[in-house]
Amino acid sequence: MELLLDISLLSMLVATAIGIAVSRDLLAAVMLSSIYGLLSANFFVTMDAVDVAFTEASVGAGISPLLMFATLAIVGRFERYPHQRALPALLLVVLTGAMLILATLDIPAFGDPNAPAQTHVAPRFINESGTEIGIPNMVTSVLASYRGFDTFGEVTVVFAAVVGVLALLGSSLPAAGRKLPDTLLQASNHRILRIVSKILVAPIMLFALYVQFHGDYGPGGGFQAGVIFAAAIIIYTMLFGLEAAMKVINVTVLRVLAAFGVLLYGSVGLVAMLNGKNFLDYDALAADPVHGQHYGIIVIELGVGITVAAVMMLIYFAFAGRLIDRSHKS
Amino acid sequence: MLSHLPILQVILPLLGAPACLILWRPRIAWAFSFFISALAFIISGLLLKQVWQGGEIVYALGGWEAPWGIEYRIDLLNAFLLLIVSGLSTVVLAGARQSVAREIPAEKQTLFYVAWLLCLAGQLGILATGDAFNVFVFLEISSLSTYTLISLSRQREALWAAFQYLIVGTIGATFVLIGIGLMYMMTGTLNMADLAQRLPEVADTRTVFAAYAFIIVGVCLKLALFPLHAWLPNAYTFAPSVVTAFLAATATKVAVYLLIRFSFTVFGKDFSTFDVPLHSIFIGLGLIAVFSASTVAIMQRNIKRAIAYSSVAQIGYMIIGLGLGSVLGLQATLLHLFNHALMKGALFMAMVAMMLRIGGITVDDIAGLGKRMPVTALAFVTGGLSLIGVPLTVGFVSKWYLVSAAFSQGMWLVALLVVLGSLLAVMYIWRLVEIMYFRESPEQAPRGEAPLTVLLPLLLLVLGNIYFGIDTRLPVSVTEAAASSLLVEAYQGVQVGGAK
Repeated sequence: MELLLDISLLSMLVATAIGIAVSRDLLAAVMLSSIYGLLSANFFVTMDAVDVAFTEASVGAGISPLLMFATLAIVGRFERYPHQRALPALLLVVLTGAMLILATLDIPAFGDPNAPAQTHVAPRFINESGTEIGIPNMVTSVLASYRGFDTFGEVTVVFAAVVGVLALLGSSLPAAGRKLPDTLLQASNHRILRIVSKILVAPIMLFALYVQFHGDYGPGGGFQAGVIFAAAIIIYTMLFGLEAAMKVINVTVLRVLAAFGVLLYGSVGLVAMLNGKNFLDYDALAADPVHGQHYGIIVIELGVGITVAAVMMLIYFAFAGRLIDRSHKS
Repeated sequence: MLSHLPILQVILPLLGAPACLILWRPRIAWAFSFFISALAFIISGLLLKQVWQGGEIVYALGGWEAPWGIEYRIDLLNAFLLLIVSGLSTVVLAGARQSVAREIPAEKQTLFYVAWLLCLAGQLGILATGDAFNVFVFLEISSLSTYTLISLSRQREALWAAFQYLIVGTIGATFVLIGIGLMYMMTGTLNMADLAQRLPEVADTRTVFAAYAFIIVGVCLKLALFPLHAWLPNAYTFAPSVVTAFLAATATKVAVYLLIRFSFTVFGKDFSTFDVPLHSIFIGLGLIAVFSASTVAIMQRNIKRAIAYSSVAQIGYMIIGLGLGSVLGLQATLLHLFNHALMKGALFMAMVAMMLRIGGITVDDIAGLGKRMPVTALAFVTGGLSLIGVPLTVGFVSKWYLVSAAFSQGMWLVALLVVLGSLLAVMYIWRLVEIMYFRESPEQAPRGEAPLTVLLPLLLLVLGNIYFGIDTRLPVSVTEAAASSLLVEAYQGVQVGGAK
């Protein structure tokens, strides 16, 4: 049964990937990439990697297509230049693929209990994390504590991304008080969409908070929560216009929040250092190490969530502001 | 606090970047980032001293010992590179304010400094870490911020150059990630020291071979090794002047470091020497890089582009040293990392001064510059002489060690070609000298030196080129010890800052 599922999921993945590669219609390509994300998420679920699946569903199938749609609204739906069919490039891709296949020839079988990945560091995470960190979701334990510094780096990557977007498009960010024409929002005529989304926005936000604070117990955490929260705001903005969104959102505050999340994460590490332990050693945060671990993880996840949500909104607003600048000129 | 130095080195700029974004006013942002970079430089100096006296330093992040947690592991090799990167960042940043004010729109200047600190943190993080996956995370930070820094230029072409670099860099980073994933599959660990112990058991599998291949190609893309160098000349030419000075002096050094670390520490000398015929490939590609890039450099009208091509050639020299596979060859590479940072720092800093005063950087702009900006022109010439490898400059030291390393292995042809390559450098540098000193200035050309805040860092770099060309004790002793410990001694560390 599982084999059949795997085969059908993987063949759909291949078909979708080919569709993305050959499509001249960029809107279709973005839709397909969203489907690709959803299929991968399903595939991860069959592999029992629910946390990864959740991330893929919210990022790969959710927010990145949204941002790509915003880009398409600026650059247009169709490729302006014909495909160049470069033979050397094709050869290189084939060579890389062959190398990847070569690499799989000697790897341990999937699910092999004696594979090095299962026998070396993993046993400690499985057996000890319950007493050392004390939360049920081992993935969160590894991500937020054992390898918490990697996660700190990843939040910084997200922050670096928004620095890049602001550097390129920051001048088009919509500011409060600026007159914003809503000519580009054809969707505003769709009554059903507007009503459904109005009903959905609040539950989506609530769900984001649930994902944020329930990450210790089930799949979830700051990355997914931030993305989901931002998606709620973005959907609202798409249907009700930038001007309505700007009544509650201040881009300067968002910019400060994007930086604040990273600083919050880092400050947990600094507090640990001031208490005489190593950077990001949450044991130092409370008298009882397990409590310390718990506090530390809650605070750093919050930092992640704040930065991710602020960054996603900023990127979207920068794109949307750019679109309005354009429609002003034309 | 002294035991926290390895991590402070990286988190100061890492936390400084978001703090800088909150500060927002460009003038404060500049002073703040300079302060942070200078602190990182001081820390790297202290670290090098600690390592020199007490051996390797290990710092367990989060208190989790490796391989379960991530560790920072400072030995002579990365302590030396930390010093180069933070030092050059500080010197260039010292002279950056006016140039940034002129070349970058006011509302983007703070973002420029934020991206700079991120880039610095990313590079320092790659150098300091002892964890293979952590390398990838910090590679992403430094790459993303580098694309931002390049795209901030006023020139429209910079956008295209940044995009080109983004595509190539992303492919490179993905290849590195694939390699790390394959290694994890075969060993179950991400820690470099642990990998070094566990890889030999599985060294003859095709998976490990593929892992090495992906990592080497990925790093060589970031390194701009011929023939993967196409992104570099555009990126260096169109980036803001100070960014070019910073990147040319540091970014490729970090990539060479990764190549050395993965080849000699993680996979081990035996694997990368005997199982893969990589050394002859490296020597061959290095030589082609030297000759092809130097030839192209001779014909450029834009002198920034000419010196950018020269960077591709200089990377060739570093790779030749690596390809020799001996202690002496590796030492020549490490020396050239240091020396090349000094010479490219000086040359591109001179161009920062030129851009500031005359606003252009083509051969027509610099005609007669010897009379109009005598100090800057002289600094440029000194940097050029160092690039050629004239005695009493650092360039001579690197060439000397590289040639003697080749001779000691009986590779006299390689030695001869290295010397011939320097003749090409004479040609492209002499051409610029001729234009600066023997051609008349265009009429009404701007004259006068750049302000002292730019000139002082420039002169510091030029003096560095001469000082370390005469008193070679520091770089030579450090690189000698680092090279022999990489190739001869085992990889073991001293734990600081207790782990659980």
